[in-house]
Amino acid sequence: MVDIPEHLLLRSAEARAKALGISVEQALSEMKGESTPTVVEEEPEVIEVELVTPPEAEVPAPVETPVVEEVKAEAPAPVETPVVEEVKAEAPAPVEVEAPAPTKAAAPAPAKADTPEEVEFAPEVKVTQRLLTVVKAKPIQKAASEPVDKVNTWPHLMLPEFISLMVMMAFLIILSAILQAPLLEEANPNITPNPAKAPWYFLGLQEALSYWDPQIAGVMIPLVIGLIGFAAIPYIDRNKENNPSKRKYAIMMYTFFLAGAGTLTIIGVLFRGPGWNWTYPWIDGIWFDDLLDWINFE
Amino acid sequence: MAKLTLKERFKKSTSGSGESAKAGKFATSIFRPGSPFRKGYTDSPRNRSYVVMNNVLYHLHPVKVKRHGVRLSYTLCLGGMSFFLFIVLTITGIWLMFYFRPTEMAYADIQALQTSVAFGSLVRNMHRWGAHLMVLVVFLHMSRVFYHGAYKAPREFNWVIGVILLFLTLFLSFTGYLLPWDQLAIWAVTVGGNMASYTPVFGAQIKFGLFAGLEATTATLLRFYVLHVLFFPFIIVIFMAIHFWRVRKDGGISGPL
Ligand code: HEM
Repeated sequence: MVDIPEHLLLRSAEARAKALGISVEQALSEMKGESTPTVVEEEPEVIEVELVTPPEAEVPAPVETPVVEEVKAEAPAPVETPVVEEVKAEAPAPVEVEAPAPTKAAAPAPAKADTPEEVEFAPEVKVTQRLLTVVKAKPIQKAASEPVDKVNTWPHLMLPEFISLMVMMAFLIILSAILQAPLLEEANPNITPNPAKAPWYFLGLQEALSYWDPQIAGVMIPLVIGLIGFAAIPYIDRNKENNPSKRKYAIMMYTFFLAGAGTLTIIGVLFRGPGWNWTYPWIDGIWFDDLLDWINFE
Repeated sequence: MAKLTLKERFKKSTSGSGESAKAGKFATSIFRPGSPFRKGYTDSPRNRSYVVMNNVLYHLHPVKVKRHGVRLSYTLCLGGMSFFLFIVLTITGIWLMFYFRPTEMAYADIQALQTSVAFGSLVRNMHRWGAHLMVLVVFLHMSRVFYHGAYKAPREFNWVIGVILLFLTLFLSFTGYLLPWDQLAIWAVTVGGNMASYTPVFGAQIKFGLFAGLEATTATLLRFYVLHVLFFPFIIVIFMAIHFWRVRKDGGISGPL
Protein backbone atom coordinates (compact mmCIF):
# COMPACT_ATOMS: atom_id res chain seq x y z
CA MET A 1 0.00 0.00 0.00
CA VAL A 2 1.20 3.47 -0.81
CA ASP A 3 2.38 5.52 2.11
CA ILE A 4 0.07 8.41 2.72
CA PRO A 5 1.69 11.52 4.13
CA GLU A 6 0.77 12.03 7.77
CA HIS A 7 -0.73 15.48 7.34
CA LEU A 8 -3.09 14.29 4.63
CA LEU A 9 -4.13 11.37 6.75
CA LEU A 10 -4.77 13.71 9.62
CA ARG A 11 -6.81 16.03 7.50
CA SER A 12 -9.07 13.29 6.25
CA ALA A 13 -9.31 11.86 9.74
CA GLU A 14 -10.57 15.22 10.93
CA ALA A 15 -13.14 15.31 8.19
CA ARG A 16 -14.23 11.83 9.02
CA ALA A 17 -14.39 12.54 12.71
CA LYS A 18 -16.60 15.51 12.02
CA ALA A 19 -18.87 13.57 9.71
CA LEU A 20 -19.34 10.66 12.05
CA GLY A 21 -19.21 12.58 15.29
CA ILE A 22 -16.29 10.65 16.73
CA SER A 23 -12.96 11.81 18.01
CA VAL A 24 -10.12 12.51 15.64
CA GLU A 25 -7.87 9.95 17.34
CA GLN A 26 -10.54 7.34 16.90
CA ALA A 27 -10.94 8.15 13.20
CA LEU A 28 -7.22 8.11 12.68
CA SER A 29 -6.76 4.74 14.23
CA GLU A 30 -9.64 3.40 12.18
CA MET A 31 -8.08 4.65 9.00
CA LYS A 32 -4.82 3.08 9.87
CA GLY A 33 -6.71 -0.12 10.41
CA GLU A 34 -5.89 -0.27 14.11
CA SER A 35 -9.45 -0.44 15.33
CA THR A 36 -12.73 -1.54 13.81
CA PRO A 37 -14.41 1.19 11.83
CA THR A 38 -17.60 2.81 13.12
CA VAL A 39 -20.79 3.16 11.13
CA VAL A 40 -19.43 2.84 7.66
CA GLU A 41 -22.99 1.95 6.61
CA GLU A 42 -23.93 5.59 6.62
CA GLU A 43 -21.58 6.48 3.87
CA PRO A 44 -23.59 5.33 0.88
CA GLU A 45 -26.24 7.83 1.91
CA VAL A 46 -24.00 10.61 0.82
CA ILE A 47 -24.27 9.28 -2.68
CA GLU A 48 -28.02 9.20 -2.47
CA VAL A 49 -28.04 12.89 -1.75
CA GLU A 50 -26.81 13.60 -5.21
CA LEU A 51 -29.59 11.51 -6.66
CA VAL A 52 -32.19 13.39 -4.69
CA THR A 53 -30.97 16.81 -5.60
CA PRO A 54 -32.20 17.29 -9.18
CA PRO A 55 -35.93 16.91 -8.49
CA GLU A 56 -35.56 19.09 -5.44
CA ALA A 57 -34.08 21.87 -7.42
CA GLU A 58 -37.35 22.44 -9.17
CA VAL A 59 -39.59 22.27 -6.15
CA PRO A 60 -38.78 25.32 -4.05
CA ALA A 61 -39.81 27.73 -6.74
CA PRO A 62 -42.45 29.61 -4.70
CA VAL A 63 -39.87 31.11 -2.40
CA GLU A 64 -38.02 32.83 -5.12
CA THR A 65 -40.72 34.91 -6.80
CA PRO A 66 -41.18 35.69 -10.52
CA VAL A 67 -37.56 35.47 -11.62
CA VAL A 68 -37.55 31.77 -11.00
CA GLU A 69 -40.57 31.46 -13.21
CA GLU A 70 -38.33 32.41 -16.05
CA VAL A 71 -36.07 29.55 -15.37
CA LYS A 72 -39.01 27.28 -15.12
CA ALA A 73 -40.30 28.50 -18.43
CA GLU A 74 -37.20 27.21 -20.00
CA ALA A 75 -37.17 23.93 -18.25
CA PRO A 76 -39.47 22.22 -20.79
CA ALA A 77 -36.67 22.44 -23.33
CA PRO A 78 -33.86 21.03 -21.33
CA VAL A 79 -32.10 19.68 -24.37
CA GLU A 80 -30.90 23.04 -25.58
CA THR A 81 -30.66 24.80 -22.24
CA PRO A 82 -27.92 24.09 -19.81
CA VAL A 83 -30.24 25.40 -17.10
CA VAL A 84 -28.90 22.47 -15.20
CA GLU A 85 -26.19 24.92 -14.20
CA GLU A 86 -28.44 25.79 -11.34
CA VAL A 87 -28.57 22.30 -10.06
CA LYS A 88 -24.85 22.14 -10.30
CA ALA A 89 -24.44 25.23 -8.24
CA GLU A 90 -26.24 23.23 -5.60
CA ALA A 91 -24.17 20.15 -5.74
CA PRO A 92 -21.13 21.28 -3.79
CA ALA A 93 -23.17 21.57 -0.64
CA PRO A 94 -25.44 18.57 -0.78
CA VAL A 95 -25.29 18.03 2.96
CA GLU A 96 -27.40 21.05 3.59
CA VAL A 97 -30.23 19.63 1.59
CA GLU A 98 -30.45 16.60 3.76
CA ALA A 99 -29.74 17.88 7.20
CA PRO A 100 -32.02 20.61 8.45
CA ALA A 101 -29.86 20.87 11.55
CA PRO A 102 -30.40 24.11 13.46
CA THR A 103 -26.80 25.18 13.06
CA LYS A 104 -27.10 25.26 9.36
CA ALA A 105 -30.32 27.19 9.24
CA ALA A 106 -28.26 30.33 9.02
CA ALA A 107 -27.16 29.53 5.54
CA PRO A 108 -30.35 30.38 3.65
CA ALA A 109 -30.67 33.69 5.43
CA PRO A 110 -29.01 35.89 2.83
CA ALA A 111 -31.32 34.51 0.18
CA LYS A 112 -34.28 35.46 2.34
CA ALA A 113 -32.92 38.90 2.91
CA ASP A 114 -33.46 40.07 -0.62
CA THR A 115 -36.79 38.36 -1.04
CA PRO A 116 -39.83 40.15 0.41
CA GLU A 117 -42.87 38.92 2.40
CA GLU A 118 -43.66 36.01 0.13
CA VAL A 119 -41.30 33.97 2.17
CA GLU A 120 -44.18 33.32 4.56
CA PHE A 121 -45.96 31.52 1.76
CA ALA A 122 -44.27 28.25 2.56
CA PRO A 123 -42.19 28.66 5.65
CA GLU A 124 -41.42 24.98 5.89
CA VAL A 125 -39.59 25.04 2.59
CA LYS A 126 -35.94 25.61 3.16
CA VAL A 127 -34.34 27.82 0.55
CA THR A 128 -31.74 25.73 -1.05
CA GLN A 129 -31.18 27.63 -4.23
CA ARG A 130 -30.79 31.08 -5.55
CA LEU A 131 -31.10 32.42 -9.03
CA LEU A 132 -27.61 33.17 -10.21
CA THR A 133 -28.24 33.80 -13.83
CA VAL A 134 -30.66 33.04 -16.59
CA VAL A 135 -29.05 31.08 -19.32
CA LYS A 136 -30.28 31.82 -22.80
CA ALA A 137 -31.85 29.06 -24.79
CA LYS A 138 -28.83 28.94 -27.04
CA PRO A 139 -26.07 26.77 -25.68
CA ILE A 140 -22.99 28.73 -24.68
CA GLN A 141 -20.82 25.79 -25.45
CA LYS A 142 -21.44 23.99 -28.67
CA ALA A 143 -20.06 20.56 -29.24
CA ALA A 144 -17.60 21.08 -32.11
CA SER A 145 -18.02 17.65 -33.57
CA GLU A 146 -20.13 14.60 -33.38
CA PRO A 147 -18.95 11.95 -30.97
CA VAL A 148 -16.76 9.55 -32.88
CA ASP A 149 -16.27 5.86 -32.62
CA LYS A 150 -12.91 5.39 -30.95
CA VAL A 151 -10.82 2.46 -29.90
CA ASN A 152 -7.92 2.15 -27.50
CA THR A 153 -4.56 2.89 -29.04
CA TRP A 154 -3.23 -0.02 -27.10
CA PRO A 155 -3.62 -2.61 -28.49
CA HIS A 156 -5.64 -1.69 -31.56
CA LEU A 157 -3.20 0.76 -33.12
CA MET A 158 0.10 -0.25 -31.57
CA LEU A 159 -0.15 -3.90 -32.45
CA PRO A 160 -0.63 -3.28 -36.20
CA GLU A 161 2.16 -0.73 -36.01
CA PHE A 162 4.45 -3.23 -34.38
CA ILE A 163 3.58 -5.84 -36.97
CA SER A 164 4.25 -3.41 -39.84
CA LEU A 165 7.59 -2.59 -38.27
CA MET A 166 8.47 -6.27 -38.09
CA VAL A 167 7.34 -6.93 -41.66
CA MET A 168 9.28 -3.94 -42.94
CA MET A 169 12.42 -4.99 -41.06
CA ALA A 170 12.13 -8.52 -42.38
CA PHE A 171 11.69 -7.22 -45.90
CA LEU A 172 14.66 -4.87 -45.60
CA ILE A 173 16.96 -7.49 -44.13
CA ILE A 174 16.06 -10.10 -46.74
CA LEU A 175 16.44 -7.55 -49.52
CA SER A 176 19.82 -6.48 -48.17
CA ALA A 177 20.97 -10.06 -47.89
CA ILE A 178 20.22 -10.91 -51.51
CA LEU A 179 20.79 -7.59 -53.26
CA GLN A 180 24.25 -6.08 -53.09
CA ALA A 181 24.47 -2.27 -53.12
CA PRO A 182 26.63 -1.05 -55.99
CA LEU A 183 30.21 0.05 -55.51
CA LEU A 184 31.93 0.97 -58.76
CA GLU A 185 35.53 2.04 -59.25
CA GLU A 186 36.85 4.83 -57.09
CA ALA A 187 35.67 8.33 -57.99
CA ASN A 188 37.67 9.85 -60.83
CA PRO A 189 36.80 13.35 -62.00
CA ASN A 190 38.67 12.76 -65.25
CA ILE A 191 36.58 9.86 -66.47
CA THR A 192 32.97 10.77 -67.18
CA PRO A 193 30.73 7.73 -67.47
CA ASN A 194 28.36 7.70 -70.39
CA PRO A 195 25.57 8.16 -69.59
CA ALA A 196 25.95 9.94 -66.27
CA LYS A 197 22.69 9.50 -64.43
CA ALA A 198 21.37 11.28 -61.33
CA PRO A 199 19.84 9.31 -58.43
CA TRP A 200 16.62 7.70 -59.59
CA TYR A 201 14.30 10.17 -57.87
CA PHE A 202 15.88 12.93 -59.98
CA LEU A 203 15.87 10.96 -63.20
CA GLY A 204 12.46 12.19 -64.25
CA LEU A 205 13.87 15.67 -63.89
CA GLN A 206 16.99 14.79 -65.82
CA GLU A 207 14.79 13.37 -68.55
CA ALA A 208 12.75 16.58 -68.61
CA LEU A 209 16.01 18.55 -68.80
CA SER A 210 16.78 16.83 -72.07
CA TYR A 211 13.62 18.26 -73.65
CA TRP A 212 13.35 21.76 -72.35
CA ASP A 213 15.51 24.69 -71.61
CA PRO A 214 17.40 23.78 -68.43
CA GLN A 215 16.24 26.93 -66.68
CA ILE A 216 12.69 25.73 -67.01
CA ALA A 217 13.18 22.05 -66.45
CA GLY A 218 15.98 22.21 -63.92
CA VAL A 219 14.68 24.92 -61.70
CA MET A 220 11.16 25.94 -62.49
CA ILE A 221 9.82 22.40 -62.26
CA PRO A 222 11.40 21.34 -58.96
CA LEU A 223 11.22 24.69 -57.28
CA VAL A 224 8.02 26.24 -58.51
CA ILE A 225 5.95 23.13 -59.11
CA GLY A 226 7.70 20.92 -56.62
CA LEU A 227 8.17 23.01 -53.57
CA ILE A 228 5.91 26.03 -53.84
CA GLY A 229 3.19 24.46 -55.94
CA PHE A 230 2.90 21.38 -53.79
CA ALA A 231 2.98 23.28 -50.55
CA ALA A 232 0.20 25.51 -51.86
CA ILE A 233 -2.17 22.68 -52.78
CA PRO A 234 -4.35 22.96 -49.65
CA TYR A 235 -4.67 26.68 -50.18
CA ILE A 236 -5.56 26.36 -53.85
CA ASP A 237 -8.01 23.48 -53.51
CA ARG A 238 -10.71 25.06 -51.34
CA ASN A 239 -13.21 22.31 -52.01
CA LYS A 240 -14.20 21.00 -48.59
CA GLU A 241 -15.29 17.56 -49.72
CA ASN A 242 -13.05 14.60 -49.22
CA ASN A 243 -15.24 12.09 -50.93
CA PRO A 244 -13.43 11.04 -54.13
CA SER A 245 -16.53 11.38 -56.26
CA LYS A 246 -16.85 15.04 -55.27
CA ARG A 247 -13.28 16.02 -56.03
CA LYS A 248 -12.76 14.50 -59.41
CA TYR A 249 -10.80 17.43 -60.76
CA ALA A 250 -8.21 17.39 -57.98
CA ILE A 251 -7.81 13.65 -58.26
CA MET A 252 -7.44 13.91 -61.99
CA MET A 253 -4.74 16.56 -61.70
CA TYR A 254 -2.75 14.59 -59.16
CA THR A 255 -3.07 11.42 -61.18
CA PHE A 256 -1.80 13.29 -64.24
CA PHE A 257 1.15 14.46 -62.21
CA LEU A 258 1.86 10.94 -60.95
CA ALA A 259 1.58 9.49 -64.43
CA GLY A 260 3.81 12.20 -65.90
CA ALA A 261 6.47 11.98 -63.22
CA GLY A 262 6.32 8.20 -63.29
CA THR A 263 6.67 8.04 -67.07
CA LEU A 264 9.61 10.45 -67.14
CA THR A 265 11.33 8.56 -64.34
CA ILE A 266 10.83 5.18 -65.99
CA ILE A 267 12.16 6.54 -69.28
CA GLY A 268 15.15 8.03 -67.50
CA VAL A 269 15.86 4.81 -65.65
CA LEU A 270 15.26 2.20 -68.32
CA PHE A 271 15.21 3.79 -71.75
CA ARG A 272 18.22 6.06 -71.75
CA GLY A 273 21.68 4.90 -72.71
CA PRO A 274 24.96 6.45 -73.83
CA GLY A 275 24.62 10.01 -75.04
CA TRP A 276 21.15 10.07 -73.45
CA ASN A 277 19.92 8.28 -76.55
CA TRP A 278 16.81 6.18 -76.53
CA THR A 279 17.55 2.52 -75.81
CA TYR A 280 15.35 -0.49 -75.30
CA PRO A 281 16.19 -2.30 -72.10
CA TRP A 282 15.46 -5.70 -73.63
CA ILE A 283 17.63 -5.04 -76.71
CA ASP A 284 20.42 -2.71 -75.65
CA GLY A 285 20.53 -3.34 -71.93
CA ILE A 286 19.92 -1.11 -68.94
CA TRP A 287 22.08 1.76 -67.79
CA PHE A 288 21.11 2.04 -64.19
CA ASP A 289 23.95 1.38 -61.82
CA ASP A 290 21.83 1.73 -58.68
CA LEU A 291 20.44 -1.70 -59.37
CA LEU A 292 23.60 -3.13 -60.84
CA ASP A 293 23.39 -6.31 -58.85
CA TRP A 294 19.78 -6.82 -59.83
CA ILE A 295 20.43 -6.18 -63.50
CA ASN A 296 23.19 -8.80 -63.47
CA PHE A 297 21.24 -11.14 -61.22
CA GLU A 298 22.12 -14.63 -62.44
CA MET B 1 -22.02 -2.59 -4.17
CA ALA B 2 -20.49 -4.55 -1.36
CA LYS B 3 -19.61 -2.55 1.67
CA LEU B 4 -15.95 -2.05 2.10
CA THR B 5 -13.98 -1.07 5.09
CA LEU B 6 -12.01 2.09 4.72
CA LYS B 7 -8.85 0.08 4.68
CA GLU B 8 -10.02 -1.91 1.72
CA ARG B 9 -11.11 1.21 -0.02
CA PHE B 10 -7.72 2.75 0.44
CA LYS B 11 -6.08 -0.28 -0.95
CA LYS B 12 -8.31 -0.25 -3.97
CA SER B 13 -7.88 3.38 -4.80
CA THR B 14 -4.13 3.42 -4.45
CA SER B 15 -3.38 0.41 -6.58
CA GLY B 16 -5.60 1.57 -9.39
CA SER B 17 -4.20 -0.61 -12.12
CA GLY B 18 -4.88 -3.73 -10.14
CA GLU B 19 -1.30 -4.90 -10.03
CA SER B 20 -0.06 -6.58 -6.95
CA ALA B 21 1.93 -4.33 -4.74
CA LYS B 22 4.33 -7.19 -4.33
CA ALA B 23 5.98 -6.61 -7.71
CA GLY B 24 9.66 -5.92 -7.34
CA LYS B 25 10.63 -2.40 -6.41
CA PHE B 26 13.17 -2.27 -9.22
CA ALA B 27 10.78 -3.31 -11.98
CA THR B 28 8.18 -1.00 -10.52
CA SER B 29 10.60 1.88 -10.75
CA ILE B 30 11.03 1.31 -14.47
CA PHE B 31 7.52 0.52 -15.59
CA ARG B 32 4.87 2.98 -14.63
CA PRO B 33 1.42 1.86 -13.42
CA GLY B 34 -0.54 0.18 -16.16
CA SER B 35 2.46 -1.07 -18.06
CA PRO B 36 1.95 -4.58 -19.40
CA PHE B 37 5.46 -5.33 -18.22
CA ARG B 38 4.42 -4.92 -14.62
CA LYS B 39 3.67 -7.90 -12.49
CA GLY B 40 -0.01 -8.70 -12.22
CA TYR B 41 -1.03 -6.69 -15.27
CA THR B 42 -4.61 -7.32 -16.20
CA ASP B 43 -6.30 -6.40 -19.43
CA SER B 44 -8.94 -3.80 -18.66
CA PRO B 45 -10.11 -0.64 -20.39
CA ARG B 46 -8.46 1.34 -17.65
CA ASN B 47 -5.13 -0.38 -18.08
CA ARG B 48 -5.34 -0.05 -21.83
CA SER B 49 -5.50 3.68 -21.31
CA TYR B 50 -2.69 3.59 -18.80
CA VAL B 51 -0.40 1.78 -21.22
CA VAL B 52 -0.35 4.87 -23.37
CA MET B 53 -1.07 7.63 -20.91
CA ASN B 54 1.38 6.61 -18.24
CA ASN B 55 4.27 6.08 -20.60
CA VAL B 56 6.54 8.04 -22.85
CA LEU B 57 4.32 6.80 -25.65
CA TYR B 58 1.89 9.50 -24.73
CA HIS B 59 4.19 11.87 -26.60
CA LEU B 60 3.34 10.06 -29.80
CA HIS B 61 -0.09 8.57 -29.43
CA PRO B 62 -3.35 9.62 -27.85
CA VAL B 63 -5.11 7.16 -25.57
CA LYS B 64 -7.80 6.54 -28.11
CA VAL B 65 -7.94 6.81 -31.86
CA LYS B 66 -10.75 6.75 -34.36
CA ARG B 67 -11.82 3.27 -35.18
CA HIS B 68 -11.46 3.69 -38.92
CA GLY B 69 -7.99 5.17 -38.46
CA VAL B 70 -6.52 1.92 -37.20
CA ARG B 71 -7.64 0.03 -40.25
CA LEU B 72 -4.51 -0.78 -42.17
CA SER B 73 -6.34 -0.05 -45.39
CA TYR B 74 -6.76 3.61 -44.47
CA THR B 75 -3.22 4.86 -43.85
CA LEU B 76 -1.48 1.73 -45.10
CA CYS B 77 0.81 2.64 -42.23
CA LEU B 78 2.82 4.65 -44.74
CA GLY B 79 3.54 7.60 -42.49
CA GLY B 80 4.49 5.28 -39.67
CA MET B 81 6.64 3.32 -42.10
CA SER B 82 8.46 6.50 -43.15
CA PHE B 83 9.22 7.11 -39.51
CA PHE B 84 10.35 3.53 -38.87
CA LEU B 85 12.62 3.69 -41.87
CA PHE B 86 14.10 6.90 -40.58
CA ILE B 87 14.85 5.20 -37.26
CA VAL B 88 16.40 2.19 -38.99
CA LEU B 89 18.50 4.53 -41.14
CA THR B 90 19.65 6.43 -38.10
CA ILE B 91 20.75 3.26 -36.34
CA THR B 92 22.50 1.72 -39.32
CA GLY B 93 23.95 5.11 -40.24
CA ILE B 94 25.52 5.62 -36.83
CA TRP B 95 26.98 2.15 -37.11
CA LEU B 96 28.45 2.97 -40.54
CA MET B 97 30.04 6.11 -39.15
CA PHE B 98 32.38 3.96 -37.08
CA TYR B 99 34.05 2.72 -40.26
CA PHE B 100 33.93 5.70 -42.52
CA ARG B 101 36.15 8.75 -43.03
CA PRO B 102 34.94 11.50 -45.39
CA THR B 103 38.37 11.94 -46.96
CA GLU B 104 40.43 10.34 -49.73
CA MET B 105 40.06 7.23 -47.59
CA ALA B 106 36.29 7.10 -48.07
CA TYR B 107 36.31 4.61 -50.93
CA ALA B 108 38.85 2.36 -49.23
CA ASP B 109 36.78 2.50 -46.05
CA ILE B 110 33.69 1.30 -47.84
CA GLN B 111 35.65 -1.51 -49.47
CA ALA B 112 37.09 -2.53 -46.12
CA LEU B 113 33.65 -2.32 -44.57
CA GLN B 114 32.26 -4.71 -47.15
CA THR B 115 35.09 -7.20 -47.01
CA SER B 116 36.48 -7.22 -43.50
CA VAL B 117 33.84 -5.97 -41.08
CA ALA B 118 31.36 -8.43 -39.65
CA PHE B 119 27.95 -7.73 -41.17
CA GLY B 120 29.50 -4.71 -42.89
CA SER B 121 27.99 -5.52 -46.22
CA LEU B 122 24.57 -6.29 -44.77
CA VAL B 123 24.39 -3.06 -42.80
CA ARG B 124 25.58 -0.99 -45.72
CA ASN B 125 22.96 -2.63 -47.93
CA MET B 126 20.27 -2.01 -45.33
CA HIS B 127 21.24 1.62 -45.13
CA ARG B 128 21.23 2.05 -48.86
CA TRP B 129 18.07 0.14 -49.74
CA GLY B 130 16.38 1.58 -46.69
CA ALA B 131 17.15 5.06 -47.96
CA HIS B 132 15.71 4.33 -51.39
CA LEU B 133 12.72 2.74 -49.75
CA MET B 134 12.17 5.76 -47.55
CA VAL B 135 12.04 8.12 -50.53
CA LEU B 136 9.50 5.82 -52.11
CA VAL B 137 7.43 5.37 -48.97
CA VAL B 138 7.35 9.09 -48.18
CA PHE B 139 6.18 9.71 -51.71
CA LEU B 140 3.49 7.06 -51.42
CA HIS B 141 2.45 8.53 -48.08
CA MET B 142 2.03 11.90 -49.74
CA SER B 143 -0.08 10.34 -52.47
CA ARG B 144 -2.20 8.53 -49.91
CA VAL B 145 -2.77 11.82 -48.11
CA PHE B 146 -3.69 13.51 -51.36
CA TYR B 147 -6.18 10.88 -52.49
CA HIS B 148 -7.89 11.01 -49.12
CA GLY B 149 -8.11 14.78 -49.31
CA ALA B 150 -6.46 14.68 -45.90
CA TYR B 151 -4.72 18.00 -46.52
CA LYS B 152 -7.99 19.93 -46.19
CA ALA B 153 -8.86 22.12 -43.25
CA PRO B 154 -7.69 21.94 -40.55
CA ARG B 155 -4.74 19.98 -41.89
CA GLU B 156 -3.47 22.45 -44.51
CA PHE B 157 -0.38 23.37 -42.63
CA ASN B 158 0.55 19.80 -41.86
CA TRP B 159 0.65 19.21 -45.58
CA VAL B 160 3.09 22.10 -45.89
CA ILE B 161 5.24 20.53 -43.17
CA GLY B 162 4.94 17.31 -45.13
CA VAL B 163 6.23 18.89 -48.32
CA ILE B 164 9.21 20.18 -46.36
CA LEU B 165 9.73 16.66 -45.01
CA LEU B 166 9.65 15.29 -48.54
CA PHE B 167 12.36 17.70 -49.66
CA LEU B 168 14.43 17.02 -46.56
CA THR B 169 14.16 13.31 -47.29
CA LEU B 170 15.38 13.92 -50.84
CA PHE B 171 18.26 16.07 -49.60
CA LEU B 172 19.23 13.42 -47.07
CA SER B 173 19.25 10.79 -49.73
CA PHE B 174 21.11 12.98 -52.20
CA THR B 175 23.87 14.01 -49.78
CA GLY B 176 24.31 10.38 -48.76
CA TYR B 177 24.66 9.37 -52.37
CA LEU B 178 28.12 10.93 -52.66
CA LEU B 179 29.63 9.28 -49.63
CA PRO B 180 30.79 5.93 -51.09
CA TRP B 181 33.01 8.04 -53.31
CA ASP B 182 32.82 5.80 -56.34
CA GLN B 183 32.12 6.67 -59.95
CA LEU B 184 28.38 6.26 -59.46
CA ALA B 185 28.39 8.62 -56.49
CA ILE B 186 30.50 11.41 -57.89
CA TRP B 187 28.82 11.58 -61.27
CA ALA B 188 25.27 11.31 -60.02
CA VAL B 189 25.97 14.15 -57.64
CA THR B 190 27.68 16.14 -60.39
CA VAL B 191 24.58 15.77 -62.55
CA GLY B 192 22.41 16.85 -59.62
CA GLY B 193 24.67 19.80 -58.88
CA ASN B 194 24.56 20.87 -62.50
CA MET B 195 20.77 20.93 -62.33
CA ALA B 196 21.00 23.23 -59.33
CA SER B 197 23.39 25.49 -61.27
CA TYR B 198 20.61 26.26 -63.73
CA THR B 199 18.90 28.31 -61.06
CA PRO B 200 18.34 31.76 -62.44
CA VAL B 201 20.60 34.55 -61.13
CA PHE B 202 22.55 32.65 -58.45
CA GLY B 203 22.91 29.26 -60.09
CA ALA B 204 26.68 29.34 -60.04
CA GLN B 205 26.80 30.45 -56.41
CA ILE B 206 24.46 27.68 -55.32
CA LYS B 207 26.58 25.06 -56.99
CA PHE B 208 29.75 26.58 -55.58
CA GLY B 209 28.33 26.62 -52.09
CA LEU B 210 27.04 23.08 -52.38
CA PHE B 211 30.24 21.65 -53.86
CA ALA B 212 32.68 23.78 -51.89
CA GLY B 213 34.32 24.52 -55.24
CA LEU B 214 33.65 24.25 -58.90
CA GLU B 215 33.40 20.48 -59.03
CA ALA B 216 33.04 17.49 -56.75
CA THR B 217 36.22 17.07 -54.71
CA THR B 218 37.02 15.73 -51.28
CA ALA B 219 35.97 19.13 -49.97
CA THR B 220 32.55 18.38 -51.40
CA LEU B 221 32.68 14.99 -49.73
CA LEU B 222 33.26 16.54 -46.33
CA ARG B 223 30.53 19.06 -46.89
CA PHE B 224 28.01 16.44 -47.95
CA TYR B 225 29.05 14.25 -45.05
CA VAL B 226 28.34 16.93 -42.47
CA LEU B 227 25.05 17.78 -44.12
CA HIS B 228 24.14 14.11 -44.28
CA VAL B 229 25.00 12.93 -40.79
CA LEU B 230 24.25 16.07 -38.82
CA PHE B 231 22.50 18.93 -40.47
CA PHE B 232 19.61 17.30 -42.32
CA PRO B 233 18.87 14.66 -39.67
CA PHE B 234 18.70 17.44 -37.10
CA ILE B 235 16.32 19.49 -39.20
CA ILE B 236 14.14 16.58 -40.24
CA VAL B 237 13.67 15.43 -36.65
CA ILE B 238 12.39 18.87 -35.73
CA PHE B 239 9.96 18.87 -38.62
CA MET B 240 8.84 15.32 -37.86
CA ALA B 241 8.10 16.35 -34.29
CA ILE B 242 5.95 19.21 -35.55
CA HIS B 243 4.33 16.90 -38.09
CA PHE B 244 3.30 14.29 -35.51
CA TRP B 245 2.17 16.92 -33.08
CA ARG B 246 -0.02 18.49 -35.74
CA VAL B 247 -1.54 15.14 -36.69
CA ARG B 248 -2.87 14.97 -33.13
CA LYS B 249 -3.79 18.60 -32.75
CA ASP B 250 -5.66 18.58 -36.04
CA GLY B 251 -7.95 15.94 -34.60
CA GLY B 252 -6.14 12.74 -35.41
CA ILE B 253 -6.36 10.90 -38.67
CA SER B 254 -8.70 12.44 -41.22
CA GLY B 255 -11.73 10.75 -42.63
CA PRO B 256 -13.54 8.48 -42.92
CA LEU B 257 -14.20 9.22 -46.54
C1 HEM C 1 9.67 12.03 -43.40
C2 HEM C 1 8.53 11.99 -43.92
C3 HEM C 1 7.19 11.80 -43.24
C4 HEM C 1 6.87 11.13 -42.09
C5 HEM C 1 7.81 10.36 -41.17
C6 HEM C 1 5.44 11.27 -41.91
C7 HEM C 1 4.71 10.69 -40.89
C8 HEM C 1 3.34 10.76 -40.76
C9 HEM C 1 2.54 9.95 -39.88
C10 HEM C 1 3.09 8.88 -38.93
C11 HEM C 1 1.24 10.30 -40.06
C12 HEM C 1 0.03 9.65 -39.39
C13 HEM C 1 -0.90 9.03 -40.39
C14 HEM C 1 -0.31 8.06 -41.37
O1 HEM C 1 0.48 7.19 -40.97
O2 HEM C 1 -0.64 8.17 -42.56
C15 HEM C 1 1.22 11.37 -41.02
C16 HEM C 1 0.09 12.03 -41.46
C17 HEM C 1 0.07 13.05 -42.39
N1 HEM C 1 1.11 13.40 -43.22
FE1 HEM C 1 3.01 12.72 -43.06
N2 HEM C 1 4.92 12.03 -42.93
C18 HEM C 1 5.96 12.36 -43.76
C19 HEM C 1 5.87 13.08 -44.93
C20 HEM C 1 4.73 13.71 -45.37
C21 HEM C 1 4.59 14.35 -46.65
C22 HEM C 1 5.65 14.38 -47.74
C23 HEM C 1 3.32 14.87 -46.69
C24 HEM C 1 2.63 15.67 -47.78
C25 HEM C 1 3.18 16.45 -48.58
C26 HEM C 1 2.68 14.57 -45.43
C27 HEM C 1 1.41 14.98 -45.05
C28 HEM C 1 0.68 14.42 -44.04
C29 HEM C 1 -0.67 14.78 -43.69
C30 HEM C 1 -1.51 15.88 -44.33
C31 HEM C 1 -1.06 13.91 -42.66
C32 HEM C 1 -2.43 13.82 -42.00
C33 HEM C 1 -3.14 12.69 -42.71
C34 HEM C 1 -4.47 12.33 -42.14
O3 HEM C 1 -4.92 12.97 -41.18
O4 HEM C 1 -5.09 11.40 -42.70
N3 HEM C 1 3.55 13.85 -44.66
N4 HEM C 1 2.51 11.62 -41.45
